[in-house]
Formats: sequence, structure tokens, C-alpha cells
Amino acid sequence: MMQGLAAVTATLAARARWRPLELIFWLGAVATLFVVPTKHLILTEVAILALFALSLDLILGYAGIISLGHAAYFGFGAYFAGLIAKYGIIAEPLSGLIVSALASALFGFVTSFLVLRGSDLTRLMVTLGVALVLREIANQLDWLTGGADGLQGVVFAPLLGLFTFDITGHVAYLYSLCVLFALFLLARRIVYSPFGLSLRAIKGNPLRATAIGISVNGRLIAVYTLAAAYAGAAGALLTQSTQFASLSVLDFERSADGLLVLILGGTGYLYGGLVGALVFKLMQDWLANLTPQYWQFWIGLVLVAIVLFGRGRLAEWIRKIRWPGRIGPGTAPGAPERSLEGH
Amino acid sequence: MAITLETLGLEKRFGGIIATSNVSLRLERGARHALIGPNGAGKTTLINLLTGIMPPSSGRILLDGRDITGLSAYRRVRLGLVRTFQINQLFADLTPLETVGLAVSERLGSGYDWWRLVGSKAPLIPEIVEVVERFHLTDVMHERTAILPYGKQRLLEIAVAIACRPKVLLLDEPAAGVPEAERHEILATIAALPADVTVLLIEHDMDLVFSFADRISVMVNGALFVEGAPAEVSRDARVRAVYLGEADG
Repeated sequence: MMQGLAAVTATLAARARWRPLELIFWLGAVATLFVVPTKHLILTEVAILALFALSLDLILGYAGIISLGHAAYFGFGAYFAGLIAKYGIIAEPLSGLIVSALASALFGFVTSFLVLRGSDLTRLMVTLGVALVLREIANQLDWLTGGADGLQGVVFAPLLGLFTFDITGHVAYLYSLCVLFALFLLARRIVYSPFGLSLRAIKGNPLRATAIGISVNGRLIAVYTLAAAYAGAAGALLTQSTQFASLSVLDFERSADGLLVLILGGTGYLYGGLVGALVFKLMQDWLANLTPQYWQFWIGLVLVAIVLFGRGRLAEWIRKIRWPGRIGPGTAPGAPERSLEGH
Repeated sequence: MAITLETLGLEKRFGGIIATSNVSLRLERGARHALIGPNGAGKTTLINLLTGIMPPSSGRILLDGRDITGLSAYRRVRLGLVRTFQINQLFADLTPLETVGLAVSERLGSGYDWWRLVGSKAPLIPEIVEVVERFHLTDVMHERTAILPYGKQRLLEIAVAIACRPKVLLLDEPAAGVPEAERHEILATIAALPADVTVLLIEHDMDLVFSFADRISVMVNGALFVEGAPAEVSRDARVRAVYLGEADG
């Protein structure tokens, strides 16, 4: 029994242990600061997209909430950060980012009640609807948001009062990477907590989750609010690094890109959005250089090919490396994950 | 004896169909009560009413004298009204250890604990290990639930419920579909359930019912038909006609 206790404690503790591949990933990320200084502008975009996809992973990969309108929270954070800077309320980027994330969380909390009910299809429509409505509101309020012209005249104070965002994008990249890493650490902590475990349980079988005393709605509201904060932070990063916000932050395409990136990299293990964002952006960049006119055709073709032929094997391969033999990560959407349920 | 679970005139109508009709049931603390009845008698609907999956059209449900009729399903679980499922309802991607651990941590109110890592709350571990061992899941506790043999999944189904420390346990055909070789393990664990837990067993298997129950209710067409000790029920001519007769034939 005593030996059993120690073994169990060790096994549970091992769930959250850092794996070598993770360390390599983040060392690689740090290395980009020095090795590829000319690529910092696009890498900033990668980091922002990665944070956005990470946010989606929290709800889709861990709680099973599928959304086609996650740009609503990205855009909310983006405009919020821009507006509080433009009107001189909070011009310092980091505090502006935190406040924007909190504001976006509040917006996420209010709208979370809409996604609680219904099937995946209902959720797709409701999330899509929320994003469309918000985009139209931003479009109509042109006295505030600049409408179709975008939010002009946004000026940020130096970061922490010390560093100015420059044209080379070094500061913006370092800042974005730090924010991404900090929020990643937090997300990693959360998914390995009892709360995180309960989310995976709800995703796996909400009926049983209820039957062991879990308030399914309560947990979904909590994680949706959290994900909205993450998306809001990503949006704020975009406004801060470009000193501009336009209606494109609320576009349907942004929601779709986030989903695409996440599914490209795989859901339910946190790195999917990060790896997916890197692959997606680099591929986009490379293809756009190769065939400036037809790059969307090629990127579409590559995505179809990857999703159809490559992802299953890739995910399986990653799984074997990360979780040798046990404690499987969440499965990708579409996988037969409810095989235990009879109905 | 104190009454743990009581229903008063419980009724459920779906349009014109009466699925549950004026059911008044009283379970004493520690009772081993079986609910039997032919298919379509309304046993499943009654369980859904008791657990809060659906609201009754009328009537009340009392747990330890407290009216729980309006409480949501998860709150009833928190109060000690726990069920198992006829068809396994488990977490395919979690291990038995994680599943039992989750149930224990939820019961102790750690469900919103988002900062502490799973397994770092030392006092929980002995209880988790104890439940895993008691239900013979030790050798598979690190496997994904999806790949466990069916018999082990049935055991886990009961183990999870026990980890919730039920006052009242609703066992919905616990041995359904279990291969003969693994059956005795299930029956032994059911027989060894803590004496202070009130058990309501819904079952088709008459051997199991008569070996387990000290009281039997027979349900027919949504209503309680006969209630009594096993010997009385088995002698009851009406019961033999509607139910046991069918089963024998």
C-alpha cells in the first residue's frame, strides 16, 4: 500500500513534468531572438496567431466547445487596447494588455451563456453570430472605432516606460514572445490542475461529469471566460505591435484561421496552436513569395492535403513521443472519442 | 429506521403518456432495495427523475428529509444521491486513476482549483488508492479507460460512484453485459458495498435481485405494483403473472 501510494503520487506528478521536446521548443523560440533578427516582424505575427490559437485550444481542445466566432474576443481586445491608448486612459502597453484581456474576459463571460446550450452546430452558429454582430457594431460606431477606415492615431507609451516599439520590430517581438510564454505557462498550469482535469472529463462525457457532481455549465463558463481573456490579449498585442486596429480583427476569416491553425497543429495538448501558427504563417509567407497571385490556392491545397492525409499520422507520431504508452492527450475533433457511450 | 430517500406521488407525463404514475417509494438508511419490472415499466424514467436529469410533472423527492425536487443533477450528487449507468458512461481518455481522483477531488470541493497540480494534494491520494484497490483496478489504473476490458469498465463505473461517497446509490443493471468469467467480481463488490449506503438496485437478473435485496418493489406500467420482502414478492401471484412468469417462460 505504501509503495502504491508513492507510485501513484509520482505518476500524478509526472503528468505535468516538462518534457524534453517542450524545452527544445522554447529554447528554439528564444534562439529566434538572436538568430533571425530580420524575421521579427513575421514572427510577431506568428506569436499573436499562436496566442489566439492557444485560446481556441482551451475551449475546443480541453472543453470541447467549438467556435466559429472566436475573433469576437480577439477584436474586442484589439479595439479596447487601441481605444484606451488613443484616449490616453492607459498608454503603457503591458498594463493596457492586461486591462484589455480583462475587458475581453468580461465580454466572454457575458456571451458564454449563449454557448452553454445546444449541440456543436448550435454553438457554431451562435459564436459565428456573436462575431458578426460585434463586427457590424464596430463598423457602425465609426465615431469611436473609425469604422471601415480603422482606428487611427493610436500612440503607445514606451513599454514599461523604457522600451519604444521600433520599426525593426525587435521590441514588439520580444514583448509578444514574453506575453505568449507567460500566458502559455498559465494555461499549462491550468490544464494540469483539478479544474483542467474536470474540463477534459466534461469534454469526454458531460453526462458522467454531472453524475460525479461537476457543474458542467459552471466549468464551461469559466473556461470560455478564460479563453476570451487570452484572445483579447492576442488582439491587444496586434494593436500594440502595429499601432492600428481595423475591422479585419473581427473578420470571420480570423476565426477560421485560428481554427485552421489549431487543427493543423492538433488540439488538446497546448502546443498545437503554437506549432500550427508557425507552420501556417511560414507556409503563407513562402507561398506568397513563390506565387504572389495564387498563394491562396496553394495554401488551400496544402491544408486539405495535410488534414486528409498527414494529420492523423503526425498526431500519432507526436503522441508516441510525448506520452509513451499512457495518459493520452485529447483527440482531434472528429476522432471517435465517445466510443464508450452507448447512445 | 430513518428514511434516506423518499418520493411522494412522483409523476411524469410525456404529452398524453404517463411514464411514471404516482410513485411513492421509501428507502431506509442502509437498505438493499431492488426495483424490478418488465421492459418499458418506467424504471429508467424513475431514475432520471430521482437524479434530476428531467423534472417530474408533479410530486416530490426528499433526501434525508430535504426536498431536492428542484435541485439540478450535480447538486443532488453533492448531497449524496449518486448513480451508475446501465450503459457505461466513462471518460474514455482518462485513466481509472484520474477518473477516481477527479471524483474524490470534486467531492472535496477542489473542482475550481486551477493552480494546484493534480495529485499534489497529498491527503486525497490514500483515499483514491483505496478505492482503486477495492475495485480491483490497480493493475490497469494507468491505462486509458477506452482500452480496458468491459468487466473492468463496469467495475470502474461503480468505483466512480463510490468515490462520490453516496448516501444513496442507484445501481442501474450493474452486471449488464458482463461476461460470465468477470461476473463474480462485480457481484462481490456489490455485496461488499458499505452497510450505511442505501442502495436501490434496478435489475433484470433475478438471481442477483434475490441474493442482494432485502426489499423489492415491482414496477408495472409506470406505477409501483407490489412492494415487500423477497419471499413475499416471489410468492405474490400477481407478480408471478406479470413478471416472473414472463421471465421463467
